[in-house]
Amino acid sequence: MILEGKIWRYGDNVDTDVIIPARYLNTSNPEELASHCMEDIDTTFVGAVRAGDIIVAGRNFGCGSSREHAPVAIKASGISCVVADSFARIFYRNAINIGLPLLEIGEVVGRISAGDYLSIDTTAGTVKNVTTGEVFQAPPLPPFVQEIVRAGGLINLLKEARP
Amino acid sequence: MAMTMTEKIMARHAGLETVEPGQLIQCQVDIVLANDITFPPAAQEFSRIGRPVFDVEKIVLVPDHFTPNKDIKSAEMAKTMRQFVKENGIKHYFEVGRMGIEHVLLPEQGLVAPGEVIIGADSHTCTYGAVGAFATGVGSTDAGAAMATGQNWFKVPSSIKVELTGQLSPWVSGKDVVLTLIGRIGVDGARYQALEFCGEGLQSLSMADRFTIANMAIEAGAKNGIFPVDDITETYIDGRVQKSYERVAADEDASYARTVTIDLSALTPVVALPHLPENVRPVSEVNTIVINQVVIGSCTNGRLEDLAQAAAIFSHQPVHPDVRTIIIPGSQQVYLDAMKRGYIETFIRAGAVVSTPTCGPCLGGYMGILAAGERAVSTTNRNFRGRMGHVDSEVYLAGPAVAAASAVMGRIAGPQEVLK
Repeated sequence: MILEGKIWRYGDNVDTDVIIPARYLNTSNPEELASHCMEDIDTTFVGAVRAGDIIVAGRNFGCGSSREHAPVAIKASGISCVVADSFARIFYRNAINIGLPLLEIGEVVGRISAGDYLSIDTTAGTVKNVTTGEVFQAPPLPPFVQEIVRAGGLINLLKEARP
Repeated sequence: MAMTMTEKIMARHAGLETVEPGQLIQCQVDIVLANDITFPPAAQEFSRIGRPVFDVEKIVLVPDHFTPNKDIKSAEMAKTMRQFVKENGIKHYFEVGRMGIEHVLLPEQGLVAPGEVIIGADSHTCTYGAVGAFATGVGSTDAGAAMATGQNWFKVPSSIKVELTGQLSPWVSGKDVVLTLIGRIGVDGARYQALEFCGEGLQSLSMADRFTIANMAIEAGAKNGIFPVDDITETYIDGRVQKSYERVAADEDASYARTVTIDLSALTPVVALPHLPENVRPVSEVNTIVINQVVIGSCTNGRLEDLAQAAAIFSHQPVHPDVRTIIIPGSQQVYLDAMKRGYIETFIRAGAVVSTPTCGPCLGGYMGILAAGERAVSTTNRNFRGRMGHVDSEVYLAGPAVAAASAVMGRIAGPQEVLK
């Protein structure tokens, strides 16, 4: 799948508490969660994010709490993909399980700046910085994880496998 | 092939002779845990699969985050859990009044045992590594899926060996050990890895210290933290754990990604400054920072030994007039034991409030929210921006002795400043 969009650029260690603060966790409704996504580090996000936009961040994106509400809020905001230097592991699992594409491209993420335009091929794992012309490669997902992505999440895969 | 503790437990639960780091495996799980925040979406995913629960004895549900319920929406979430428990015959559910903070409660009730694979829809599920289990946090979808299948997929982590030497000095506790470790390796220093603790220093670590250390493995990015099963573990689980279990030890020639050595004798009380648990400083370097609130409790430091340290400080001097101090025993049993020992009376006479068990303030839920510009010293586990309230408030993480001493002094302080 090819994804193109405007980017939202964040730094290292963006934790799940700032992605969706716990004061809003008295619901798991995706739209309600999306209406507060990122507000503790970026008050412009909710008002200006558009379907298809991409989040680009540094190291350890999604660290902290295991709340699946975090990738759910990001996905319901319209974000099509998160590109980072690295991801915290529970966030990574949760995103895969709910069908939010992630690409882990390492330190070269530093060569993507706020205002750049990206074109991403999630199947090939490539991130093209259209603004600078550079192309970055994420390592391929293990086959089993690809199966989850293909099915559109873990539950769909389990339903397919049902005897 | 030689294996670490984590590799051995995972191999046995995957029905394999051996496993190696990086391998993707499917494991049987012994316990699936969820709380009042993570359960409702887990139940929704579970129902989409269309199978019955895999084992009514192996699902543990604890409404501890926003209970006793803070508002109507959180009451609805707790109600969802309660109905599921009745409809599905779940055996291990803890209603308000019997409820405790999940990671204090499960070990206390003997629900987690050495050698087990435990997943929980709560990142601090890694706490149970203290009893020699492989325990890790997952999201609601993983928990919901496992409630139906009794299984979960894992990537086998490589392990970091944390070699502990020497012994803890008085007033230095497990919190100082784990904060020092995180300060040294960073909040992603063990990302996707297991932290395996070993060495002669284990002898000076109580189970309370070990729970605190394993609890914060996630704050170094780790998949799990794990302790060997020794006499101290056996003494703790004796009389609690009723099910059969397997004592698993690492092979002597197991291979580790790296070794980190910590000399416990050299440790002093520390705090982690805002807004990352890796910003660790000795108390002596930051003891001019004025504070507004102290919280003593949580899945990290809500055990009897933690309250004992705080009570010892408050028996010398009361809470500073400008500080609100909130003390939260981690379970009803901890509360009762603290009452019998006189700690609760000491807290109340010192000018602190004592709350029923809840996660409330730790995650900025309720029961001690910070206003803009306010600072708290807290024995909890995260000091992220806005974690305990307003986005412009600050959280300083510390152990119970430093938290209590800071409550007395009205600024960040070490226990010796109160006791001298």
